[in-house]
Amino acid sequence: MGANLKTVLTFAIMAAMLAAVGVLQSWSLALAITNMCLVSAVMALGVNIQWGYAGLFNVGIMGFTALGGVAAVLVSVSPVAGAWQAGGVGILFSLVLALATIAAMVFVHNKLPKSRGRSWLLFLMIIVGLIIIRWQYAPSVLAIEKFQPAQTGFLGGLGLPIMFSWFVGGVFAAGAAWLIGKIALGLRSDYLAIATLGISEIIIAVIKNEDWLTRGVKNVSGLPRPVPYEVDLQSSPWFHDLVEKLGGSSLPSDALARQSALQQMVIESSSLFVKLCYTGLFVVVLCLLLWLAHRAQKAPWGRMMRGIRDNEDAANAMGKNVTKRHLQVFVLGSAVVGIAGAMMTTLDGQFTPGSYQPLRYTFLVWVMVIVGGSGNNLGSVLGAFIIWFFWVEAEPLGQWFIGFVTSGMAADNALRLHLIDSAAHMRLIFMGVILLSVLRFSPHGLLPEQIRR
Amino acid sequence: MSNDILNALVIISNYILVPGLAYGSQLALGALGITLVYAVLRFSNFAHGDSMAFGAMFTILGTTWLQSKGISLGPLPTALLALPLGIIAAILLCLIMDKLVYQHYRQQKSTPVMFVIASVGVMFITNGLVRFIIGPGDRAFSDGQRFIIKAREFKRMYGLSEGLSIKMTQGLTFVIAIIAMALLFWFLQRTKTGKSMRAYSDNEDLALLSGINPQRVVFITWVIVGTLIAIAGVLYGLDKSFKPFTYFQLLLPMFAAAIVGGIGNPVGAVLGGFIIAFSEIAVTYAYRKFLIYLLPEQYEPDGLMQLLSTDYKFAVSFMILVAVLIWRPTGLLRGKSI
Repeated sequence: MGANLKTVLTFAIMAAMLAAVGVLQSWSLALAITNMCLVSAVMALGVNIQWGYAGLFNVGIMGFTALGGVAAVLVSVSPVAGAWQAGGVGILFSLVLALATIAAMVFVHNKLPKSRGRSWLLFLMIIVGLIIIRWQYAPSVLAIEKFQPAQTGFLGGLGLPIMFSWFVGGVFAAGAAWLIGKIALGLRSDYLAIATLGISEIIIAVIKNEDWLTRGVKNVSGLPRPVPYEVDLQSSPWFHDLVEKLGGSSLPSDALARQSALQQMVIESSSLFVKLCYTGLFVVVLCLLLWLAHRAQKAPWGRMMRGIRDNEDAANAMGKNVTKRHLQVFVLGSAVVGIAGAMMTTLDGQFTPGSYQPLRYTFLVWVMVIVGGSGNNLGSVLGAFIIWFFWVEAEPLGQWFIGFVTSGMAADNALRLHLIDSAAHMRLIFMGVILLSVLRFSPHGLLPEQIRR
Repeated sequence: MSNDILNALVIISNYILVPGLAYGSQLALGALGITLVYAVLRFSNFAHGDSMAFGAMFTILGTTWLQSKGISLGPLPTALLALPLGIIAAILLCLIMDKLVYQHYRQQKSTPVMFVIASVGVMFITNGLVRFIIGPGDRAFSDGQRFIIKAREFKRMYGLSEGLSIKMTQGLTFVIAIIAMALLFWFLQRTKTGKSMRAYSDNEDLALLSGINPQRVVFITWVIVGTLIAIAGVLYGLDKSFKPFTYFQLLLPMFAAAIVGGIGNPVGAVLGGFIIAFSEIAVTYAYRKFLIYLLPEQYEPDGLMQLLSTDYKFAVSFMILVAVLIWRPTGLLRGKSI
C-alpha cells in the first residue's frame, strides 16, 4: 500500500502547487500550465513505453512531436483550391513516381542475386529516380508556392475536424518510427539514439523547407478548434446565465455597475472555459492511453517486454524475437508521442516549425521520464507535471533568485545586468542538475516501477 | 577549350575541395574525440558538441581580452594565442564532469545507455553554462588577414576567368588539424601511455591484469579529448562563426563520421570526417557553372543543377550513416579498438 499512498500524495502535492499558481498568479496561467502538463504527460508516457518497458533510447522525440503537428495542419486546414489546381496533380504524380521507384528497387533487390552489380544498379536507380521525380516535382512546388504566398502558398489540408488529427498524428509518427526502427534496431543500443537524433533533425528540416506542404517557417496559424471560441461564448445567452449563476453573489447590487462587472466576468470566464474544455479533452485522452498502457504492461506482453529488457539473451534463448518486439514497442511509443504532438498543435492553434528545439522537445521529455520513474506510467505522468511546472516557473524563480543575489550591487553594474539578462538560461543548468541528481541518487525516480512477483 | 577545363577545375577546388578539406578537418577532430571516448570509456558522448562550444567560448573570452590589450598575432587570428585557455577550460570541464558524473557509473559497471543519458544531463549543463556566460547570439571572433589567396589575384596571375580563394581560417584549420592528428597518432602508436590506452580499449580485463592503471588511462583520455574538443570547437567557430546552437547540430555529422569510419577507430574517424564533409558539400553544391564550362553550348543546363538544397545537408550525413548501418554496421575500417 505504501507505493499507492505515495502516488496519491505526490499527485496531491502537484495539484496543490498548481492551485497555488492559480491563487498567487492567475487561474488562467494555472490552467495553461496544466494543459501543457497534460500534453507533456502523454509525450512522457510514449517515451516511457519505449524506455521503461523495453529500454530503448529514443532521441528523436522532437521529430515525432512535429509529425503530430503536421497531421494537425493536414487534417484540419481547408484545402486551397487554387494551389491544388496550380500544382496538386504534379505533386501527386511525383509521389506516384517516388513510390514506383521504391517498388522497382524492391523488385530488383529481391529478384537479382546479391552482387556488386546489383548494388550499382540500385544506386543508379536512386539517381535516375531522383532526377525524374524532380522534373515533375520542382515546377509543381514553384506553382503552389506562388499561389497567394502571403495567405496560403500551400496545398492546405482536408478540412476535417482537428480532433481527427490526433489519431493521424499517431499514425504518421508510427510510420516514421517503423522506418527508423527497421534500420537501427538490432544494432548497438546507442546507434538507435544517433539514428533517431538524425531522423528528427531531418523531419524538422523537411517541415521548415517544404513550403507547399506546411508553409514552412511562414507558419500556419488560426487552426480550427475542437472547443468553442471565446467570442462565441461571450455572445451566447446560456454562458451569461451560467456565469451569473456561478459568480452572481460577488457582483455589486447596483444595476449599472452589476452589468459592467458581469460583462468583465464573462470575458474572463470565457477564456477559462475554453482552457477547461481543453483540459477535459486532454484528461480523457491521457486516461485512455494510461489505461491501455497499464493493461499492456500487466498482460503477458508486458512481462515479455520486461523480460527482454532485463535480459535480452535469455529472452532470445526462450524463443522471443527481440528485434521484432523492440520494433513493435518503438512504433507504439512513437505513435503516442505523435498523438501528443497533434494535441499540442491543437492547443496552440498554430503550427510553428521554427519553435521545435531539441532541448525543449526531446531532452526535456527525457528529464520528465527519468525524474518521474522509468517503467512506471503514473510516474512519467507525474514527472511531466513536475518538470513542465518548473520549466515554466523557473523563469520567475530564476529572475527572483538573480535579483536577490545581485541586490547588493549597483543598479548599473555590468555583471548584474548580464546576470539578469541570462537568468532565463539558468533553467537549462537547473534541468541538467535535476536529471543527473535523480539518475545518480534515486535512479528509479520518484515513483519507482512496481513489479508484481 | 583547355581554359574551360581549367576553369571548371578551379571552380571545383574553390567550392568543393577547399571548403571540404576545412570542414572535413573540423569534423575529423570532433569525430576523433567521440571515437576516443567510445573506445576507452565505451559510450556515445552526447555532450561532445556542447563541450566544443564551451572550449570555443573560453577562447573567445581570451581573444576579447587580448584584443582589448592590443595584443595580436599579425596576419594570424588572435584566437590562436587564446586557444590554450580554451583547451584548459575544456579539459577541466571533461575532468570535472567525469569525476562528478561518469565515474559513478563506471564503478557501477552500468550499461552504455546509462552513460548516454548521463551525457545528456552533462549536455544540458554545458549548454546552459555557455548560454549563461556568453549568450545565445552569434559571435565572429576571427581577425588578422582574411585570405591566403584572393580570388582576384589568382585570376590575374593565371589569366583564368574563375578565381580560387583560400581563407586564412581554412588554411589554418587544415594545418592545425593535420598537426593535431599527427601528434595524436604518434602518441597512440609510439608512447607507452598511448599503448596502454590502446590495450585498455582492446581488452579491459587483460589490461588491468598486466598492471595498467585504469584511472590514469581515463584521465589521459579526457585530457586528449578535451584538447581535441577545444581545437575542433575553435576552428569551427573561426571558419564559420560561433553560435552555441550550431555546435549541438554538429553532433549528427560527427557521430556519422565516427560510425562510418568504424566507431572506436581513430583512423576511421578521420576518414569518416572527410567522407561526410565532402559528400555534404558535393551533394548540396549547384553544378550549373561547372557544367557550363564543360558542356558544349547547346547542352547548357538552365537549372541550378543541385542535387539537394543546402537546407538538407543533415540529410546527407544521415543517409550515409543509414547506408553504413544497413550494410556494414561496424564501419568502413572495422571499429571498436584503437
